[in-house]
Amino acid sequence: MRKNVGLKIFAILVFAFLLIPLLIIIVTSFGTNPTIQFPIKGFTFEWYSKVFTNESFTDSFSLSLEVAFIATLLALVIGVPAAYSLARHEVFGRNWIKSFFLSPTIVPGLVVGYAMYQFIVIKFQFPIIQGLLLGHFLICLPYVIRVVGSTIEQLDFSIEEVSWTLGCTKLQSFSKVVLPNITSGIFASFMLAFINSFNNIPVSQFLSGPGVTMLPTSLMNYIEYNYDPSVSALSVILMLGTIILMFIIEKTLGLASIS
Amino acid sequence: MTQRRIPYLILAPGLILLILFLVLPLISIIFPTFFNGGITFSNYTAFFLDEYNFGIFWRTIKVSLIATLICVVVGVPTAYYISQSPKKWRGLLMSITLFPLLTNSVVRSFAWITILGQDGIVNHALLTIGLISKPLTLLYTEFAIIIGSVYLFLPLMVITLVGILENIDSEIMEAAETLGANRLIAFVKVILPLSVPGIIVGSILVFTGSMTAYTTPQLLGGNRNIMLATFLYQNATALGNWQGASVIALIMIVATLIVMKLFNLIAGRLDKRGEVSA
Repeated sequence: MRKNVGLKIFAILVFAFLLIPLLIIIVTSFGTNPTIQFPIKGFTFEWYSKVFTNESFTDSFSLSLEVAFIATLLALVIGVPAAYSLARHEVFGRNWIKSFFLSPTIVPGLVVGYAMYQFIVIKFQFPIIQGLLLGHFLICLPYVIRVVGSTIEQLDFSIEEVSWTLGCTKLQSFSKVVLPNITSGIFASFMLAFINSFNNIPVSQFLSGPGVTMLPTSLMNYIEYNYDPSVSALSVILMLGTIILMFIIEKTLGLASIS
Repeated sequence: MTQRRIPYLILAPGLILLILFLVLPLISIIFPTFFNGGITFSNYTAFFLDEYNFGIFWRTIKVSLIATLICVVVGVPTAYYISQSPKKWRGLLMSITLFPLLTNSVVRSFAWITILGQDGIVNHALLTIGLISKPLTLLYTEFAIIIGSVYLFLPLMVITLVGILENIDSEIMEAAETLGANRLIAFVKVILPLSVPGIIVGSILVFTGSMTAYTTPQLLGGNRNIMLATFLYQNATALGNWQGASVIALIMIVATLIVMKLFNLIAGRLDKRGEVSA
């Protein structure tokens, strides 16, 4: 391609727009001033230790990890066989069922959270934590159906037929032939579902209560009343988490697989 | 058990969970909004006739529309630049685009609080060089929500478009230039029409995303610039008006569906290759 200076400058400005706000957060997390300042005065790690000693942060962090992990596993256990069935079996109304499985992405997250809160927590008196898990399961399921589904569709059907001919039952063939061949799809959908569950706010917003608060919600509540660099410090920690995940994905599947 | 039933047994757990924990909850909140003795739409007509409520609805549409337009105008050239850059750079540029997308939206909105706030970076800089004498009100405005939404969803638009533009033969551009089009005209007449499917999918994602987002209007809009999602939350919590919250919930769902249908219709008009699915 010949050089196109105008386009290049434009693109550089856009990348700067994407990165600079996050870089500013990183810088402000080291400032000594009790409120956020830029440029900063002094240099300290104090705000990072504040984050690790703040129980509402550490508790909600482990809750977020647990919920994201369990919800993703549940979505895989239910979603992988369903995706297989939709791809391979003759199912009446296949497209409708598939759209139905993807429907949690169409209903706005806050509406999902609100409806579940009203129905499950208020009407049927489920504990909030169960509502939270189910809500996050709904977030995760569409990623499993979509990503694993397209992986299975790309898998050559004849290798399954071969395994049947050689004496495998359908179940054996699924576990010994299909599953090992779709691990990359399962891993990609695990990553996507996990990240989206961990970062989600709207669904969790209604489904939280005393002692049951997810990290993004707890960070958001903190921001409403505080403006100190510990928010920046926690943000930097979350960004480090993002970088580690991106690195893992790049090394295993390539980032292209999730975009 | 016959072989024919097996697929339905495999699909059953997921279907049952979706019905129990998504469909029934939705019906249970929406159904009562149509009953007041008999069947009635009065809750909805009342919502739209109320000036305050309609103002919130209109602001939500307006902010989402502006954010979407900005994302298209900024996103298309950026995605084109990424798709045309050499392979070794493309990975890095995609990472820069993906990184904000995978970072928590609270963090991303918070960044703009530090930039736009009363003693934020912009005001600090303008005061220091003496361009203004007292801080500008940038935060807690519609402008702040628009910037925040663009920041939130631009990566989604760019990534969607890169996927489409990568498949466009770069020789097409050269052909157009050889035939006498200058670069801008070639871009508008050749690249732009070819990227329509990507623009449509990206616009659906940005528009419905901004329209239903909760974090950004909550953190950057303040109490004066409420959007539908924050209004729903306010009704359900502070105001204790569950009926009102349910009315807003259905309005948000229907608005999302209408936007998707509308964009697909536009896509059908512009692109003869048929409907784009999002």
